[in-house]
Order: sequence, then C-alpha cells, then structure tokens
Amino acid sequence: MSDGQTKKKFFYLNRKAPYGTIYALESLEVVLIGAAFEQEVSLGFIDDGVFQLMNNQDAAGTGMKGFSKIYRALGDYEVRKLYVEKESLETRGLSVDDLMPITYEDEDEDYAEKPSIVVVDKAEMAKLIADQDVIMSF
Amino acid sequence: MRFAIQINEGPYTHQASDTAYQFAKAALEKGHEIFRVFFYHDGVNNGTRYTVPPQDDRNLQKLWSELAEAHKLDLVVCIAAAQRRGILDANEAKRQGKDGDNIAPGFRISGLGQLIEAGIQADRLIVFGD
Repeated sequence: MSDGQTKKKFFYLNRKAPYGTIYALESLEVVLIGAAFEQEVSLGFIDDGVFQLMNNQDAAGTGMKGFSKIYRALGDYEVRKLYVEKESLETRGLSVDDLMPITYEDEDEDYAEKPSIVVVDKAEMAKLIADQDVIMSF
Repeated sequence: MRFAIQINEGPYTHQASDTAYQFAKAALEKGHEIFRVFFYHDGVNNGTRYTVPPQDDRNLQKLWSELAEAHKLDLVVCIAAAQRRGILDANEAKRQGKDGDNIAPGFRISGLGQLIEAGIQADRLIVFGD
C-alpha cells in the first residue's frame, strides 16, 4: 500500500463544533488540499462534529469567517461521502432535517443530484473507521 | 515499518508533542522509519526556536531539532497554520514584510500536500493531539 500508486482510503473524522476551536476549519482545509491527490475520501461526523453540518449557520456575530458553505461545495471536489453518526445527532436533539442539503452530481446517472450525507449508527461508524487506511481526526 | 506522524497541539499545554516525540524516538530505536513528522493546528508552535522553558524542564523544540539531526527526520510545519500563528522562516518573513523569522533548526515550512503525501507513502499515519 505504500508504493504511492495504490489508492488509499482517507477518512477525516470530525468531532468538534464548527466554531469555538479552529479544528473544523483546518480539517476542511486538509480535505480540500487532499482532494487533489485522487484518493478515496470520506468524512465522518461524530460528537459535536455533527454541528458542523447544521443548516442556516450564521457566524457574523462572532467576528469569525463563516465557512459552512464549503461543505456544500465538497461534491465538486469529488468528496461525496459524509457519514453522520445517528447517536450523536439524537443526543443533541437533531435529525438529518436540521442539516444542510449537501449533494453531489453522479456522472454515471446523467449528473443526477444525490445526497452526500449518510446517517449511520455507532456500530456502522465503527465498521467504516475500521475499514480505512488513513484516518485523521479533528 | 514506515510511520508518518501528525502533531496537532503545541508544546506544554498538551502532552501530544511529548508523546509523539517519545513514540518517534522509540520507533527509530526499534529500527522503524519515520517518513515525516507534520505539525498542524497549534502543533506548528513546536517549531519556533524562541521557546525558552525553565532550565529544569524539557525543551521540546530542541528535542525535536536534535532528533531530526540525528536521524535526518523531515519535520514539516504547515504553512497555512503557521502563518496564522506567527511561525515564519526567512523566505516567508521576507515575503510577508516581517522583521525576523523564528523557525527552529531541522524544521521546514511547507503545504498540506505534504501531510496527504505522508498518509499515502507511510504504512501508518499516527495522529497525536486533542
């Protein structure tokens, strides 16, 4: 797997709220740069990380740069798999309806718009993580 | 085995850099290879030569610089994260119009692509930090 030719499965595990710390923003910066390397990329969202995908975010009052729109552009970077842990949503009183409608265009199906967000339970998330080659947690 | 290391926290507030250092040292002693050490988030603060901890405490920057020299380690500080936090090499200082640089010996500043490449090239990428 280390010959540089084989595609590796990259998994970015996001665990923290979008603001309050810089981890979410700087994680996104890695994802965007990493997209140029043509690896198999997916993102996981657990714990407060699920807040990163909340719809209708407005960072204006914080004096910080809002970056939630970037998640919606991930499809253009071939980043199409955003796994969100069900239990993390539920303990925060959230459902998938509270999240941004993030989609990608499937070139194999006449560029049909498909949802990028997949809600998985804790056991499925653990299985996904176990299946990866490179995991970066933020 | 060929390892890559990512360090996400600065020195002293968090133990991450200490633990990563101990790991790297132990791995090298066992004959493993460290492909690269990548400093991200506040981890870039490990790479300033201006840290002067009390003399009876460890100097993490110095430990990293010495380990790098002894084993020809590639210590890379993320440029985007470094610029936010005031870590500059001579070129960057000049480019940004700053009056000095602070990068420590053995460290170099480069892009996030170096982290992705490390993930691709290494057998294992180990992340240290909160």
